[in-house]
Amino acid sequence: MGNVATLREIASGFRKKEERSKLSTGISAVDQLTDGGIARGTLTEICGPVSSGRTSFLFALLSRATRQGECCAWIDAAGSFDPRSASAAGVDLSRVLWVNCDGNTEHALKAVDLLTQGGGFGVVVLDMADSPEREVRRISLASWFRLRHAAERTGAALVVAETKISARSCSAMQIELRRKRPVWVGKVLRGICASAESQKHYRVQSAEFTAVV
Amino acid sequence: MSMFACIHAPGNLPLLIECARFFSPHIEEIGEDAVVFDVRGLSSLYGPAAQLACEIDRRVGVAANIAIAGNPDAAIHAARGLRGITVIEPGREAEALARLPLNLLGGSAETAELLDLWGIRSFGEFAKLPPLGVAARLGEEGVYLQSLARGDGRRQLRPIEDVLQFEEAMELEYPVELLEPLAFILGRLLNEVCRRLGARSLATNEIRLRLTLENAPEHLTVLRLPVPMLDAAAFLKMLQLELNGKPPGAAVLKAALAAEPVRPRRTQQGLFVAMSPEPEKLELTIARIRHLTGPDKVGTAELVDTHRPDSFRMQAFAPGGVKMPGRDGSVEARLSLRRFRPPKYAQVIVAQKRPVRISSPAANGTVVMAKGPWRTSGDWWRVSPWKRDEWDVETAAGGLYRLYQEIDSRRWFVEGSYD
Repeated sequence: MGNVATLREIASGFRKKEERSKLSTGISAVDQLTDGGIARGTLTEICGPVSSGRTSFLFALLSRATRQGECCAWIDAAGSFDPRSASAAGVDLSRVLWVNCDGNTEHALKAVDLLTQGGGFGVVVLDMADSPEREVRRISLASWFRLRHAAERTGAALVVAETKISARSCSAMQIELRRKRPVWVGKVLRGICASAESQKHYRVQSAEFTAVV
Repeated sequence: MSMFACIHAPGNLPLLIECARFFSPHIEEIGEDAVVFDVRGLSSLYGPAAQLACEIDRRVGVAANIAIAGNPDAAIHAARGLRGITVIEPGREAEALARLPLNLLGGSAETAELLDLWGIRSFGEFAKLPPLGVAARLGEEGVYLQSLARGDGRRQLRPIEDVLQFEEAMELEYPVELLEPLAFILGRLLNEVCRRLGARSLATNEIRLRLTLENAPEHLTVLRLPVPMLDAAAFLKMLQLELNGKPPGAAVLKAALAAEPVRPRRTQQGLFVAMSPEPEKLELTIARIRHLTGPDKVGTAELVDTHRPDSFRMQAFAPGGVKMPGRDGSVEARLSLRRFRPPKYAQVIVAQKRPVRISSPAANGTVVMAKGPWRTSGDWWRVSPWKRDEWDVETAAGGLYRLYQEIDSRRWFVEGSYD
């Protein structure tokens, strides 16, 4: 009987994790790919090379979240956040706490830890897309686990932007972005066509979206 | 029903006022040794008048006479003339005050002398005299004094003006060099200031700490809070972080702390609004992060009304009140720029008036597509004008970048990457 009860508890725990509410990314193709968006209380990794649409994707997510009245945090490891682009993408800047770490990845990790532990933020973005790869790789699995646990406890959607997957088993979802082609119209760069590939639980699916000017 | 309490303790007026403030905002100073204050309505908090008097006695902290009566004058006379705690039931003032000596009544010297000649020594004896006779012989003053002797005063309180200054200071016996022992002193000052603010249902949005230093100019630390707070532990942590960042240049001789009083934050949370961080907790978190990154690196970016590239103003993060969720709907992904701060210097080979190769720490390689130039300029009426030609380029590796050339210096820079 005791074993059955334990199994039930474990199963209910899994069910609870499955039932986590999702935060729409605002991009319908990616929402379909991720079964409704990014799960709250989990760590999600967004990776891809330069000009693969990572920032456009994150701004769309923040735009959606701030429009719903959520407070968001952008921990900017390299100091590359452009407020004008964010505003143009529909992000309500007054609801976004920007932490500019000026290239210090260690400070970025500490800041994201403090903010995630504190709670109250709907989305916490750790932007390490421009950080040197060796510094990102140096982050221990224990640190990632700590961040994942904090996100689970406070219900924040913790999203990490980087060039290559680094949180490994600690992330609930890994979305790999690839640039397909730039969209040039006459003398103007009109956008980027990118593909998103969800990689988790041995299931790979992909979708395409275009970030336009 | 009116109820007034009086505390009488010679030589302790500031303490008496502080104690009275805990119970009532309407306080009148009586000379140098007593205060009387309005305590009506406190029975629901402290129970009967006797329990309230015991609570006042417990809180005053020094030996004092305490009296509670239905009018201020009866309470004052009872506190001045009777030891310990006295509670006078309404309607029994004359009986309670009857034994008091007449010199407590005050009045002019002539009246006092005349009453003495008549052999009147106590309140009770004076109260028994026929009122018409007193009016005929002692005039208006006599009538007034007789009403006081009967415990029948009808006057209103004359409350002191509440000067809202929340300052605490401590001179140290010996200079303190380390921040850790200083934190104990600051903690004590903060606790006291917060206690006083809390007693008036106030909070603070600015704390100023002045440290008098040994052989050095004064050291000032100001904590500005986006929301009113009243948490001594959080204030102490924030002050510690500030002092760690900007430590005083010499040993500390005196610490003075002042808090700006403001009304506390009151918000009604809705059932369907999105969660937001607790402002008090968030402020401490931001202070910790600011300690890591530097003062101007944490906050909310506010756009500035100019075309100058990368113009924004960093403001304190204060998301304000609750915001009702907006309408859902699909969002179009917008092409965004990731900036290099500062822009990366680039060596660019130009052929047929367009860049064909870039070499910079940010982007390298052959340019496969370049669109431009777009000339932008501004602030020519200021000391720092800008004028440049912008290009959007795609390198052979697939990266999309914004390049620009300064017109005056002819130098090229990579401003950022499109992502």
